Amino acid sequence: MATTYFTSDHEWLRVEGGIATVGITDYAQEQLGDLVFVELPEIGKKLTKGDTAVVVESVKAASDVYAPVDGEITEANGTLSSDPSLVNSAATGAGWLWKMKLADESQLAGLMDEAAYNAHIG
Amino acid sequence: MTGNDTKHLPLEEIHVAAGARFGAFAGWSMPLTYPAGVMKEHLHTREQAGLFDISHMKLFEVSGPEAVALLNRACPLDAGALEISQSKLSFFLNDAGGILDDLIITRLGDITFMVVANAGNAVADEKHLRALAADFDVRVEPLDRVFLAIQGPEAWAALSRVGIETGSLLFMHGVEPRKNWFMSRSGYTGEDGFEIGLPEADARDLVAKLLGDERVLWIGLAARDSLRLEAGLCLHGQDITPETDPASAALMWAIPKDIRASGTFIGADALRAAVERGPAQKRVGLRPEGRQPVRGGAALFDADGKPAGHVTSGGFGPSAGHPVAMGYVAAPLAKPGTRVFADVRGTKIPVDISSLPFTPHRYRKG
Repeated sequence: MATTYFTSDHEWLRVEGGIATVGITDYAQEQLGDLVFVELPEIGKKLTKGDTAVVVESVKAASDVYAPVDGEITEANGTLSSDPSLVNSAATGAGWLWKMKLADESQLAGLMDEAAYNAHIG
Repeated sequence: MTGNDTKHLPLEEIHVAAGARFGAFAGWSMPLTYPAGVMKEHLHTREQAGLFDISHMKLFEVSGPEAVALLNRACPLDAGALEISQSKLSFFLNDAGGILDDLIITRLGDITFMVVANAGNAVADEKHLRALAADFDVRVEPLDRVFLAIQGPEAWAALSRVGIETGSLLFMHGVEPRKNWFMSRSGYTGEDGFEIGLPEADARDLVAKLLGDERVLWIGLAARDSLRLEAGLCLHGQDITPETDPASAALMWAIPKDIRASGTFIGADALRAAVERGPAQKRVGLRPEGRQPVRGGAALFDADGKPAGHVTSGGFGPSAGHPVAMGYVAAPLAKPGTRVFADVRGTKIPVDISSLPFTPHRYRKG
């Protein structure tokens, strides 16, 4: 059974079997506007919480998406290379950004659940 | 600018009601996007008609027996050679020939001109113009106007529908169609279109009528930027600055030949010297390979890895369908087709020097 977590940087993580699928929230994609490019991470890259994992580029600006927890990249959503707008149209589904193997599952305790996140964005 | 100094558009609540997202630009709180989003707003402008609130820009009326003399001193311009209703792009230059601002100047009468200045420079422009005006028999009057632009192939028809006929007005011409109105056929998108300065009450009425036409949509500053970049038009503060002169900015076409040779405008000697030397760097269009945008500030390198220049504006061109940018490169590289490389977060992206504009201008010239 997957559990979904949220960060104050407007990312979501769906965690199942020690692997987190990570994306940005619908709120975040609305703030960014139409995306035209996603710079995806290399498989095998080890990230520490707060490192830049992905850069999403809108018509106007580039924005960093940070690793919400420590871990190693296991997969990147290659579909976004040809269709970055999936992040706008399906932020919490087909527009996921990367998957990572968690280094320390105890870090998840510091994240928000959906109710807390919804309260956070008001 | 701190929050308290931020200026607000007279029609702000109309933009709020239209669902605009706001952001700071040149000291103003400006609508960046509307619910349609930058991509749709951009394409809508090229296909139908986009309505822009550009009231952050400033209109100055310059009038008096020595208005021509003042403008010829302030700008590399032959103001006396303008026909009535003719508009021209010109500049305020500093003593070094650097561009303090770019302006559109329209002759409204024998001794009356309209000067349209950029938002970020409006205060400095007024001070500059007033200081110069002290030596001339002339009046400089900043106008309190709402300033709207309507741009796109259906712009003229949308205006016609609300009773504003534009048939005889050609590109880069401006008139005063009603009391305290100024309307020019010009813009910042590369499309046919109009800019209209008018009193607030008239503007509210005009906006309501224009938005009653399904061809007309509000367009925010984000799409205004992508439209002007595709059209190869400069943004002062980015693509042209007090450190760039019209020769390096590839804007000498805006300066009449005899004025280049013998004009007595501020910065004339420095500009002549710069032209004589030949600019070290030139402004060019830049076409990044692939899909990744290259942004303003990115450094450019030649094929040998030596510094070649920098990007001043860059983003994605929704109509072009690929990233677009402009910047400055060493003069010998400033030829379409030359390949350079942009440093984007440590990766070298191939970029080809490209002719401008990226999307053809569709002005109504006759």
